[in-house]
Amino acid sequence: MGAREQRVIAAMASFSTNEFRSGLKIMLDGNPCSIIENEFVKPGKGQAFNRVKIRNLLSGRVLEKTFKSGDTVEGADVVDTSMQYLYTDGEFWYFMHPETFEQVTAGAAAVGDITKWLKEQDMCEVTLWNGDPIAVTPPNFVEMRVVETDPGVRGDTSGGGGKPATLETGAVVRVPLFLEEGTVIRVDTRTGEYVSRVKE
Amino acid sequence: MSPASRSDAWRPGASLDVLKLRARMLDRIRAFFAVAGVLEVDTPALSAAATTDPNIASFATCFNGPGGGARYLHTSPELPMKRLLAAGSGPIYQLCKVFRDGEAGRRHNPEFTMLEWYRPGWNHLALMEEVEGLLRAALGAERELPAAEYLSYREVFLDIVGVDPLSADARELRRVALDLGIDPPSAMQSRDAWLDLLMTHHVEPRLPRFTFIYDYPASQAALARVRDDEFPVAERFEVYLDGVELANGFHELVDAGEQRARFEQDNGKRVGMGLPEMPVDERFLAALCAGMPACAGVALGIERLLMYAAAVNDIRAVIAFPEPIN
Repeated sequence: MGAREQRVIAAMASFSTNEFRSGLKIMLDGNPCSIIENEFVKPGKGQAFNRVKIRNLLSGRVLEKTFKSGDTVEGADVVDTSMQYLYTDGEFWYFMHPETFEQVTAGAAAVGDITKWLKEQDMCEVTLWNGDPIAVTPPNFVEMRVVETDPGVRGDTSGGGGKPATLETGAVVRVPLFLEEGTVIRVDTRTGEYVSRVKE
Repeated sequence: MSPASRSDAWRPGASLDVLKLRARMLDRIRAFFAVAGVLEVDTPALSAAATTDPNIASFATCFNGPGGGARYLHTSPELPMKRLLAAGSGPIYQLCKVFRDGEAGRRHNPEFTMLEWYRPGWNHLALMEEVEGLLRAALGAERELPAAEYLSYREVFLDIVGVDPLSADARELRRVALDLGIDPPSAMQSRDAWLDLLMTHHVEPRLPRFTFIYDYPASQAALARVRDDEFPVAERFEVYLDGVELANGFHELVDAGEQRARFEQDNGKRVGMGLPEMPVDERFLAALCAGMPACAGVALGIERLLMYAAAVNDIRAVIAFPEPIN
């Protein structure tokens, strides 16, 4: 059985509200969604409901949805895969599975505003829906070269205040005053903050 | 490693302090009924009959001995207790475990402790006041109870939702739910399902802290008498504490013919919902035929009360070994 047929079968799986848990991927109004929170509510003599907080994986929006307990929904064929970032041609971003060498092409909507953290060869988490990338998460920490910053101030190692520095991908982060162009630094992509110098 | 084999998975869900609080509360409840002259009774958890309520699912098992066959774990001790009333027991109460399939969550555990009691000669309004007294006695000095508000179901919906729950049709209730920003499930046909949706999503979080709601829509009568007013209402009440449903009481239906009709109606609804029909308790119906005294009865969830006493919002924090859920 080829990969495509396997995906078709996976997409047809359905889940009852009893199987709801955070992280479960389901289809809602044609959009792949991830369950954030699931609460069972029921009046003693009344209808049972599941109140569910859901993230739409295409728009990133969080919404609340109610199901009658026992209802079933279609599962979404969504998988998070570790892939290597190869390059961009300005329109698309190309990623490769490190073992199968299978390549996927992500559009601007999938990479969103994280392109500044994409460095060639780095491993990223690519979220695939029916095999196509819908989101890319960069590594928590990246190492990048400073390509432009004001001249270093010798003797100042406190880092207090700091100054802006432009990195090789165009990202701008605040760095300590003593840092010079050409230095490689470690940055936390979740906060966009400088972490440390990297010895080469 | 599976979650169950985690090294701390054997530990109780409730702290020892909460378990001691539970024991003190049960002592005070028994003392309350001893003073009130209400007899403690014990009825079977296992029964060949089961609730027909379409919204309550029974655990099913099988007895393999003499006269064997299908058995169900009780979801409430109501029907055998009513047989005791018909046999002349006088006022009775029971503290027991009951079982409900499919129910697990922040406020639900598939097995929980129910306090149920009956007062011959009383109506639901008189029993509501005794419930308030029992709650104050059970809590003792553990945690203060706010002043109670007594509101009819109609008043609650008019005040909080701005719709008349007795006259509005399903279409109007749907519109109100949508206006309130509730994203409803598909296939909600019945008026009662819409009322339940509004109750759980909008009303419960906005109720006065300690509220008795009485006189429910006749369609939600369960085992309560229906009174013919402008719109018929069920003589039923619910107790809410901090938005959590604590107890449900009835001015009990004693008419055997009407009771049988409701069981059959329930089973009809079950078939329509794709649920199994449940075996009706014929001994209970025979007791009604023989004559059960007019009475009021109420069932109260002990763990829910314990949640309030211990000031926690998850039922798993008051049960020694709760059902593990995601």
